[in-house]
Amino acid sequence: MYPKRYSIGQIVIVAIISLFSLSCLLPFIMVISGSLSTEKDIMDYGYSLFPRNVSFDSYRILILGSNRIVDAYAISIIVTVVGTVLSLLVTSMGAYAMARRSFKYRNVLSIYAIITLLFNGGLVPWYIICVRYLELKDTMWAMILPPLANAFNMFLIRNFMMAMPEDLHESAKMDGAGEFRIYAQLIVPLAKPVLATIGLFISLNYWNDWFLGLMFVDKQELQPLQLLLRTLISNVEFLRSSSNAMDIQRIASQLPSESIKMALTVVTIGPIIFLYPFLQRYFVKGLMVGAVKG
Amino acid sequence: MKIETGAGRMQTRAGLMGNGVIRELVRHRMLLLMFLPAATLLFLFNYLPLAGLVIAFKNFDFQQGIFGSEWAKPLLNNFDYMLTSDSAYRAIKNTILLNALFIAVGLVFEVGLALMLNEIRNKYFKRVTQSLTFLPFFISWIVVGVFAYNLMNFETGAFNRIIQFMGLSPIDFYSEAGLWPFILTLAVRWKVTGYGTIIYLAALTSVDNSYYEAASIDGASRWQQTWYISLPMLKPTILILTLLAVGRIMNADFGMFYAMVGDAALLFPTTDVIDTFVYRSLRKSGDIGMASAAGFVQSIVAFVLVLGSNYIARRADRDSAIF
Repeated sequence: MYPKRYSIGQIVIVAIISLFSLSCLLPFIMVISGSLSTEKDIMDYGYSLFPRNVSFDSYRILILGSNRIVDAYAISIIVTVVGTVLSLLVTSMGAYAMARRSFKYRNVLSIYAIITLLFNGGLVPWYIICVRYLELKDTMWAMILPPLANAFNMFLIRNFMMAMPEDLHESAKMDGAGEFRIYAQLIVPLAKPVLATIGLFISLNYWNDWFLGLMFVDKQELQPLQLLLRTLISNVEFLRSSSNAMDIQRIASQLPSESIKMALTVVTIGPIIFLYPFLQRYFVKGLMVGAVKG
Repeated sequence: MKIETGAGRMQTRAGLMGNGVIRELVRHRMLLLMFLPAATLLFLFNYLPLAGLVIAFKNFDFQQGIFGSEWAKPLLNNFDYMLTSDSAYRAIKNTILLNALFIAVGLVFEVGLALMLNEIRNKYFKRVTQSLTFLPFFISWIVVGVFAYNLMNFETGAFNRIIQFMGLSPIDFYSEAGLWPFILTLAVRWKVTGYGTIIYLAALTSVDNSYYEAASIDGASRWQQTWYISLPMLKPTILILTLLAVGRIMNADFGMFYAMVGDAALLFPTTDVIDTFVYRSLRKSGDIGMASAAGFVQSIVAFVLVLGSNYIARRADRDSAIF
């Protein structure tokens, strides 16, 4: 049915897609190349796709020099792991309650959750509640709790659970299992596909989050990796626009600030790139489920 | 996503209500207990801020708290103050204009890429290019900000190197406000086009192949098949996704603006949006009255738009409305 020979249209399409795909990849390569370049090469020739002289100095400085970077890495990992585990637990338990057909008022629970998707109080009241009433300022919980219960994820899990046959519950009930045991030992194992997909969504959000840190964490030793990256970049920019630019030039030639920035970027996106093949498969699957089942 | 409201069912059982309600709740106390953690968190982080919207009408004092603070005199004082400010007006205008630009360009890019990928017969080429275009979705805006800096900074940026190589004088991107609607649009497209394409591609793969077969028997070219079959088939998806995006037109992506623009005040004329304006008023200048008034306007307009767009989406296609 399809012509074997490539028409001009086909060639144009392949060219456009190739160009766009390459443009998506090139910045990553530039950052990796920058992190491996010497400071002098970056200053002389700018950022390029391949390092002229390969140097691991920036990574050495990152590993040896700064406790803050190691701390920030640890904070990001803790926030991501604790946040993902708690979030999956809380949302799936809530989803289970919303999905139980034998419970007459489950829709009241659904409406309670959906209201949070429609109305949004905005940044100011939210910030004041978190700081003034919940006292989350400068705590690790500030980066974990606010997005923990997500109504949208609850509905995705609920829809998945509602597609399971009702007989499952009945037979478990007959055997004398309570609701929590049915949830933990029967439903959760069956809901693994949707929980895995949503768990990845959640952990990606926690890993990439810096907004909560920006809002609530002023203490430097509690800053997550993404925020540290931002601090480092804006600090260098700030220094460059200051009046003693000459001094900074001198310092910068000793301390490879540009390639350090690049190395920290590589370290920040490292886990994501590493897990990408796995992430992508689950994400696409999850999106399809969302698109088909609505 | 559709949520059964079950109102009808409840009505028919109205006779059983009364002590039946209590009995039902007690019988399912374990379910309620399991819902409790989520309910508590949603209450704290979603419901309480809703009640907190009243501070737009108050003379907020941190010590007194949201409900202890005195009412503003006159009541709309914060709003009057906001209306006298050029930057609040500018932020609202920028939010709507930039979001409209993002929606329009996004539509062209995402539908266009999906239609083009649909024409690709080589499975490996398709898989590899899809993987590459999806990749930027997974990194944070902070990292995108680093990438942008690599490309655009004055001394070492790749763009300026190319410009200089061609014998032209370099451009200081971080002080040219006029370029930024264009730069931000490109940044958004770079980051989310691959992601946005997936839903359209899914819709395209579900189109019955016999349409195309019939069309090609009638002598329709690939181009005509795309125009008269593929595109019309995508119309419902396009409509729904666009409507939902329009519903969020008052909400700017704070992460993008803050990571890409940051505190570069020179760029604010074209890039300061409600979310960054509110953030600065709250955290930098401590002007809570201004911040809460602007936030209040945003919340109310957003609410009306979400309901409105959902209503239209529901009428167009029952299954695609959120509620």
